[in-house]
Amino acid sequence: MLGLRHRGGCPGPGEVVALPPLEGEAAGGDHETESTSDKETDIDDRYGDLDSRIDSDIPEIPPSSDRTPEILKKALSGLSSRWKNWWIRGILTLTMISLFFLIIYMGSFMLMLLVLGIQVKCFHEIITIGYRVYHSYDLPWFRTLSWYFLLCVNYFFYGETVADYFATFVQREEQLQFLIRYHRFISFALYLAGFCMFVLSLVKKHCRLQFYMFAWTHVTLLIIVTQSHLVIQSLFEGMIWFLLPISSVICNDITAYLFGFFFGRTPLIKLSPKKTWEGFIGGFFSTVVFGFIAAYVLSKYQYFVCPVEYRSDVNSFVTECEPSELFQLQNYSLPPFLKAVLRQERVSLYPFQLHSIALSTFASLIGPFGGFFASGFKRAFKIKDFANTIPGHGGIMDRFDCQYLMATFVHVYIASFIRGPNPSKVLQQLLVLQPEHQLNIYKTLKIHLIEKGIL
Amino acid sequence: MNMFSMCHVSCGKEHGSQVLESFPILCGSCRRHSASFSQESESEAKVDGETASDSESRTESAPLPVPADDTPEVLNRALSNLSSRWKNWWVRGILTLAMIAFFFIIIYLGPMVLMIIVMCVQIKCFHEIITIGYNVYHSYDLPWFRTLSWYFLLCVNYFFYGETVTDYFFTLVQREEPLRILSKYHRFISFTLYLIGFCMFVLSLVKKHYRLQFYMFGWTHVTLLIVVTQSHLVIHNLFEGMIWFIVPISCVICNDIMAYMFGFFFGRTPLIKLSPKKTWEGFIGGFFATVVFGLLLSYVMSGYRCFVCPVEYNNDTNSFTVDCEPSDLFRLQEYNIPGVIQSVIGWKTVRMYPFQIHSIALSTFASLIGPFGGFFASGFKRAFKIKDFANTIPGHGGIMDRFDCQYLMATFVNVYIASFIRGPNPSKLIQQFLTLRPDQQLHIFNTLQSHLIDKGMLTSAIEDE
Repeated sequence: MLGLRHRGGCPGPGEVVALPPLEGEAAGGDHETESTSDKETDIDDRYGDLDSRIDSDIPEIPPSSDRTPEILKKALSGLSSRWKNWWIRGILTLTMISLFFLIIYMGSFMLMLLVLGIQVKCFHEIITIGYRVYHSYDLPWFRTLSWYFLLCVNYFFYGETVADYFATFVQREEQLQFLIRYHRFISFALYLAGFCMFVLSLVKKHCRLQFYMFAWTHVTLLIIVTQSHLVIQSLFEGMIWFLLPISSVICNDITAYLFGFFFGRTPLIKLSPKKTWEGFIGGFFSTVVFGFIAAYVLSKYQYFVCPVEYRSDVNSFVTECEPSELFQLQNYSLPPFLKAVLRQERVSLYPFQLHSIALSTFASLIGPFGGFFASGFKRAFKIKDFANTIPGHGGIMDRFDCQYLMATFVHVYIASFIRGPNPSKVLQQLLVLQPEHQLNIYKTLKIHLIEKGIL
Repeated sequence: MNMFSMCHVSCGKEHGSQVLESFPILCGSCRRHSASFSQESESEAKVDGETASDSESRTESAPLPVPADDTPEVLNRALSNLSSRWKNWWVRGILTLAMIAFFFIIIYLGPMVLMIIVMCVQIKCFHEIITIGYNVYHSYDLPWFRTLSWYFLLCVNYFFYGETVTDYFFTLVQREEPLRILSKYHRFISFTLYLIGFCMFVLSLVKKHYRLQFYMFGWTHVTLLIVVTQSHLVIHNLFEGMIWFIVPISCVICNDIMAYMFGFFFGRTPLIKLSPKKTWEGFIGGFFATVVFGLLLSYVMSGYRCFVCPVEYNNDTNSFTVDCEPSDLFRLQEYNIPGVIQSVIGWKTVRMYPFQIHSIALSTFASLIGPFGGFFASGFKRAFKIKDFANTIPGHGGIMDRFDCQYLMATFVNVYIASFIRGPNPSKLIQQFLTLRPDQQLHIFNTLQSHLIDKGMLTSAIEDE
């Protein structure tokens, strides 16, 4: 039964909102009316009257605090509340975009650190929500264990990526060689240590809570950490594969909002009442156009287009190469109806621009589903924003919820359509083999290359 | 389904009911005093200090009638004379022997049948855990959810089988055109399928049931993570050689049985609060017995090619073959016994397969860390107040109950093989190399060349030929 628990311990099935623990009191008769509920009844209504209790229960995270800096407040004190909100959002948006440009300028290593920082912050936000929902601040060990699992999974993924891309650097150092060779075993052992600690920390009273937090942590890791590593892998493919998808999603967000603001009439989905069909379709077309133009502009520069490599002599990242065919202007003949419109026979395009159409389409059509998922999540757990980090915008997760599906899509797209297997991975695996095997492979490869005329 | 009904013992309180009309609808306080409330749950509730709603949830969260007797009539009649405790023991014993015999038959039938069995076990485990989720959250009526859970299972299986099949059946796949296209765009197709499921989930979110739906979504994904990935690691191990599949599983089973026996006869000190029946004597006795068992079993199995060779798909005969030259791991070698044991046994050297040394590592893991998987499952059952995962096997519970210790083992064996036994597959590497661009091939070739020269495997003189 969906009963309320009065020990602050294991909640009943399906019931995650517990009243503050009443000392030593068993469920009496007069709690039955509140404790009984049913999936048929309007769960929202029943939770509604408990909301105030949740909020007052948790003084540490006041969701409605105003973190806007004093300066802004003074400058905007004259305007009405609605415009003030609009201005704050606008200023923060511009700040974030400029920060983004600054980091791009500073290079790929800073971008990697930024992605890592965002990942840690998103993880922290979602775990904090889990703690609040389950009132599990007092669970023994659990905060430590969540961060420990985050560390393990990050270690595993970074080990796989770093080993790939820094193969030459890694070959030199003996200790790193050892770590790379037994990397999977070491990561598994670390994870197992965490798992055993979890099992040993199970306390009878809080069993269910602990399992919920365990599962919550793992699902969060699955979503956030894997995606951020896919982002980093796309980044290493070439900064344009990182910049274009992210900008497309941001552009779609902004243009859908603007179109909806000016022309919006028909609601799109019950989950997010503010979204409209006009915004959706307008955002789609403008994002495609934006992607097309941004791809054209960025494809010219080697800095964006070349795969990121680590040069051991220079001990830093370099992006210098011969741009692949994807980034070389080619002539395309226009289909007849476009010919009539533009009055041109042929047009010079980068092939990458055609790919950018696919990326922008995904960002506009499927990306919003990530946003709906996050809206549903916020509604389900009755929170307005994930956190309060950015004034006017909510938490970091609020900004990045649409990006997650995009990251996976870009990675899958690259793997399927653009490049074959990762050459550095092949190299790394070659170097791990036994010397006799290496020699055999070397001879086979030599024959093959001579046949093909490459050698 | 009644929305609200009055408490049958008419204390006058309203309460919501849930799906099952077969359970008497009583509110918590009435249930305590009611005669129909079973003795067992009442005394347990009082002992544990549980509230009435706890026990209420326990009874109602198990629509699968836990004490139902699935034992076939035959057995029931044959054992009807014995007392209840011995009857239970006999039922368990007979079913254990039946399962072990079944295991041997499957091994005899070959790797293909083993693969199918692994897949069936996986599906059944998934079904059991999802059913528990439904019971816990009373979410039988959530729109679409059953369909979506099975759909996700299908997607993830498709993804994993696609990756394995492509690896091991490379030549077969290259021959058939549709298979080749499927394998080239495999990740994209799997991702699209998953995405469709994701979008269906988002579109199916209903205002009243948001939280429940998210819980079921999370529950499904964690179950997939645990059950499906591990079963695919098991299949990878199987392809490495059937001995890598049989020895770990037998070690875990042996540890289970031995720990039970030792605990039964010598058990005194409890091991962990989670599982009060486990004892330190059982744990340590099981450890030594399993190591010895592992040594003996690997000695016996390493002699046969059908267990030791990697499973390969033969293009000509269109079937699986296990025929090869056994690797160094499975050739008898002489080992010097350390002085300590020399005096005990009186032998100077012993002939062993190197694999037996590895089997010590595997048995150690199975005895020391494997039980943690069992404790995890016990904690899970305690947290959700169920006695068994399901009632599939009489006397033993569900399939998950039998396989809970196996899960960590499967991952460990896979990681062990990848780290210590074999490196990457050379022929696979050559295939990957051939798909690269010419400039990448040249770069790799040159790096390999300089590496080999560094190691002294190649001299520059040979290179100038």
